[in-house]
Amino acid sequence: MAKYLLLKHYRGAKTPVNDVPMDKWTPEEVSAHMQYMWDFSAQLEKTGEWVDGQALAPTGMWVRYDGEDRPPVTDGPFAETKDLIAGWMIIDVDSEKRAIELAGELSAAPGAGGRPIHEWLEVRPFLTGPPTITE
Amino acid sequence: MNEVLLRTLTPEVLAVLVRRGADFAAAEDAVQEALIEAVRSWPDDPPRDPKGWLVTVAWRRFLDIARADAARRRREDVVEEEPQPGPASGVDDTLQLYFLCAHPSLTPSSAVALTLRAVGGLTTRQIAGAYLVPEASMAQRISRAKRTVSGVRFDQPGDVATVLRVLYLVFNEGYSGDVDLAAEAVRLTRQLAAAIDHPEVAGLLALMLLHNARRAARTAPDGSLVPLAEQDRSRWDTTAIAEGVEILQAALARDRLGEFQAQAAIAALHADAPTAAETDWVQIVEWYDELARLTDNPIVRLNRAVAVGEADGPRAGLAALAGLDESLPRHTAVAAWLHERDGDPATAARLYADAARKSPNLAERDHLTRQAARLNTRLHPGEA
Repeated sequence: MAKYLLLKHYRGAKTPVNDVPMDKWTPEEVSAHMQYMWDFSAQLEKTGEWVDGQALAPTGMWVRYDGEDRPPVTDGPFAETKDLIAGWMIIDVDSEKRAIELAGELSAAPGAGGRPIHEWLEVRPFLTGPPTITE
Repeated sequence: MNEVLLRTLTPEVLAVLVRRGADFAAAEDAVQEALIEAVRSWPDDPPRDPKGWLVTVAWRRFLDIARADAARRRREDVVEEEPQPGPASGVDDTLQLYFLCAHPSLTPSSAVALTLRAVGGLTTRQIAGAYLVPEASMAQRISRAKRTVSGVRFDQPGDVATVLRVLYLVFNEGYSGDVDLAAEAVRLTRQLAAAIDHPEVAGLLALMLLHNARRAARTAPDGSLVPLAEQDRSRWDTTAIAEGVEILQAALARDRLGEFQAQAAIAALHADAPTAAETDWVQIVEWYDELARLTDNPIVRLNRAVAVGEADGPRAGLAALAGLDESLPRHTAVAAWLHERDGDPATAARLYADAARKSPNLAERDHLTRQAARLNTRLHPGEA
């Protein structure tokens, strides 16, 4: 059993095959894309592999500590060059092979022309707890 | 109320229902509901015959479910009469349930979940909590698993090896929530050992007891890992060690060596050493040789290299390491440790840092990072 984070990017990922920005799609293509994402997570819920999923706004800011008795420093909005995460899905699967299979399926979501986007997704394993048996 | 007693009765009660002709999936749901009812009503009104009580309540519940199903499907030809209890003993039935829940058609995660619920008597919520997944996902996993095994005949003999792999997975699970999965695995393996006379079942039980005995000493109060050599051995559970050793010796005496017995023998040699320095590494190497003959798992050869490094010195350990696939988990960590022992702290520090980056588990990564930091501080004093 292993958990993986599937990360979708607004920008900063490698260029997808079907590289048309979403605002240039038809409304029906946008709806079809959303429907595909809903169906995908509903399917994962049925297989018992779904853990969590959230979408993130593209806005936001950097924040850091600025010393005692001082408010945290903020810096934003983000520069155009920043890698920007659009959302995530967390899955709990039997193997890395299965995680890759699912990410591949998610990346096939339809985009412009109803064709798969072939979007690059980041797949990151969770660090686990220590096993009970050590040697 | 003793929850463990209640859970011990779970597989027996489930087996009675299945023997009476209930299908496994519906019977399993009915038993879960009976358990929940028991938790609610027993504290005020304890039954004289807990098992009989559970069978009666679960069977009634099963009939309710079957009738509701039948009504839904507009069929009335379900079982209405209460049949005679089946002829088989509780012990054999429990064994059949272990086989069913570890059936080879199930994925490991499904087999684990189904075993914990149908044999272990844990609720879906408890299992979901232990594996840190939403309850709804765990419920789906369990109901899919039940559908997968629905066609399997209950009286077919299964393969003990598949059951042992499932129990090993439960024991080795690192998470700890409300449910202590390692303790649960020990309980289920103990129950299995009572149902079947098999040296590898005994071997796995011994292995679990011996490792569980050291668990408290393995973690510092801040959660960091304490390596075997640095553990406070007075914190080891000597009762569990004695039991593990006794079970292992009885199993080994039967001369049907298997993987789990060999692993338990290694754990027993560690447990037997009053101090780390007194560990009988020569015998441990011999057991790793046995283990390598029994399994082609390359991790065994990696662990053997560690033991060779202790028995014959770091050069011999490095020689044993040469030729092993460098992508093996912990290969880099073992190399780091052997180079440190060989008097090459610069190489060791670099390898420890590399091993930390590759480590799949948090506590180990932090431990390896500290090892790299310790050597770097010594190599470059004043820089930190």
